[in-house]
Amino acid sequence: MTTQAVAQSLASGLLMGLIYGLVAAGLALIFGLMDVVNFAHGEFLMTAMYAAFGLYVAFALDPLASAPFVAAAMFVFGAIVYLGVVRYAMSASANAGMVQIFATFGLGIVMRGLAQLLFTPDYRSIPHSWLGGKTVQVAGIFLPAPQLAGALVSLAAFGALWLVINRTDFGRALEATREDAGAVALVGIDRKRIFALGWGLGAALVGLAGAVLAMFFYIYPDVGASFSLIAYVTVALGGFGSVFGAFAAGILVGLVEAATALALPPSLKYVGIYALYLIVVVVRPRGLFGSL
Amino acid sequence: MQDADPRLNARRNNLVIACVCVALIACLPLVVKDVYAQNVLVLTLMYAALSQSWNILSGYCGQISLGHALYFGAGAYVTELLFTKFGVAPWFGMAAGGLVAATIAAAVGYPCFRLKGHYFVIATIVIAEAGYLLMLNWDYAGAAMGIDVPVRGDSWAKFQFLRSKLPYFYFALAFAFVAWLVTWMIEESRWGYWWRAVKDNAEAAESLGVEVFRSKMAAAALSAFLTAIGGGFYAQFVSYIDPESVMSFQFSLLMALPAVLGGIGTLWGPAVGAAILIPLTELTRSFAGGSGKGFDLIIYGLLVMGIALGRPEGIVGALSRRMRRSAA
Repeated sequence: MTTQAVAQSLASGLLMGLIYGLVAAGLALIFGLMDVVNFAHGEFLMTAMYAAFGLYVAFALDPLASAPFVAAAMFVFGAIVYLGVVRYAMSASANAGMVQIFATFGLGIVMRGLAQLLFTPDYRSIPHSWLGGKTVQVAGIFLPAPQLAGALVSLAAFGALWLVINRTDFGRALEATREDAGAVALVGIDRKRIFALGWGLGAALVGLAGAVLAMFFYIYPDVGASFSLIAYVTVALGGFGSVFGAFAAGILVGLVEAATALALPPSLKYVGIYALYLIVVVVRPRGLFGSL
Repeated sequence: MQDADPRLNARRNNLVIACVCVALIACLPLVVKDVYAQNVLVLTLMYAALSQSWNILSGYCGQISLGHALYFGAGAYVTELLFTKFGVAPWFGMAAGGLVAATIAAAVGYPCFRLKGHYFVIATIVIAEAGYLLMLNWDYAGAAMGIDVPVRGDSWAKFQFLRSKLPYFYFALAFAFVAWLVTWMIEESRWGYWWRAVKDNAEAAESLGVEVFRSKMAAAALSAFLTAIGGGFYAQFVSYIDPESVMSFQFSLLMALPAVLGGIGTLWGPAVGAAILIPLTELTRSFAGGSGKGFDLIIYGLLVMGIALGRPEGIVGALSRRMRRSAA
């Protein structure tokens, strides 16, 4: 195996890793904010992919152009899910942790069923997107253009997220609520409103990821399953609730996946990710960048 | 004659009720002759037992596992590998599967029981998924093709019945009863108290001398052992296994839901939940599932959400609270 092939493979792993980070960002954000794991996260991603697909079919909008609209729609959807489901799950009188898990799981199953009903279980793809099939050559390494664009979108999104969290009142309210959801009421922050906006922001992030993935990945009702598993691993690796930990862990997951694919048959490409996860669980249970 | 301790009284009553239920259910095949209905009965009893096993770790000890498909699959695969490759009777296979699963549970639990809450749930999902992936690629065990259980005749010794579902029915009934009985015995034992203490507040329990880590390990091993017996039984019952059909995430969810519906951490919850949930899902699947349009998923998902949001303490939990209130 040449150095060239290794570099090639790690470069694509890096691009994919940045996209994994974006997929996981919303999950980490919501977990950090309110200690809720969204077990319908994969189905959020699936919904966003179908939204990008629908905009392509209906208005011939390229996923890259429709990404902001998909993200905006997912923002509304996320806030609705909080107000319609999660809010009630959090105020459950008994077994609150269990109720959250199964309420969001049930929601995910319903979303998958709806996708089957509306779009059939067939695999869809966007055949002629702007970047589809194109490559960019950098220093002798060929990078697939859709993945490269996705990675750049991810970088931009994390940059914007950093600005939102550190430079805006909303971001400060988010941080304050995450530190102590009870005390913020004393300074006039409406916790429920912040939670709803947090769910919106989290869903918007996964909406961006969905639009990006729609450029080069098949779209089908169960597509969320494998991505959500990677997202859970990414978030657990990064340290639950740490958005920028998820960013770093996403890159790591992408690189490890690529390295595993070099060494093992393709059907075993996730083995490396799971092994990495297990090692981190044993050595550093709080995740690489998390605090307990 | 009055018993001094009302608690002992309630325990004895529970046992009597369970024995009466088992006797009544045992008579059901006299009425239910339809093969499809008998099939649903077998599945209902099996899920009652599996959910009862899940309830030991997740309900009583409070360690929510969504990876029990791993132990179910371990039981199915160990049973069938021993049966097809070495001719070992499924009875021994099931026991071996139980031991293997309990060992896996201990090995998995060793690092994972330091994780709390959602961290633990995620770990169980990921580890079960890793096991699924390995089975998909393990050629000796048939990889993705799975194992076709060869027909070796109609006998209890081989635990294989081609003409009738009734023997499976009686085994499933016995299995459900044993799982219930184990829970019944544990409820008032030292382990039972320890597990509930760990569930309610692990730190406080530790400070009072409860060995938290050992409690969790014991609950996991027992829970996994019983689940694997179910896996071995299921493999013989359907006589064909592959990773998808015995290790997919679906099973982890199906084992948890009856307990969630009936009442987590209650003695009767899993059985009550299974008696409602399994016939219901089988019915929706046979009415809507064939169309492939996703109606069954929608109904199923709404049911899961409805159970979680509408009855967080489960049916049994709600009933017993009402009874306590009227008694007071």
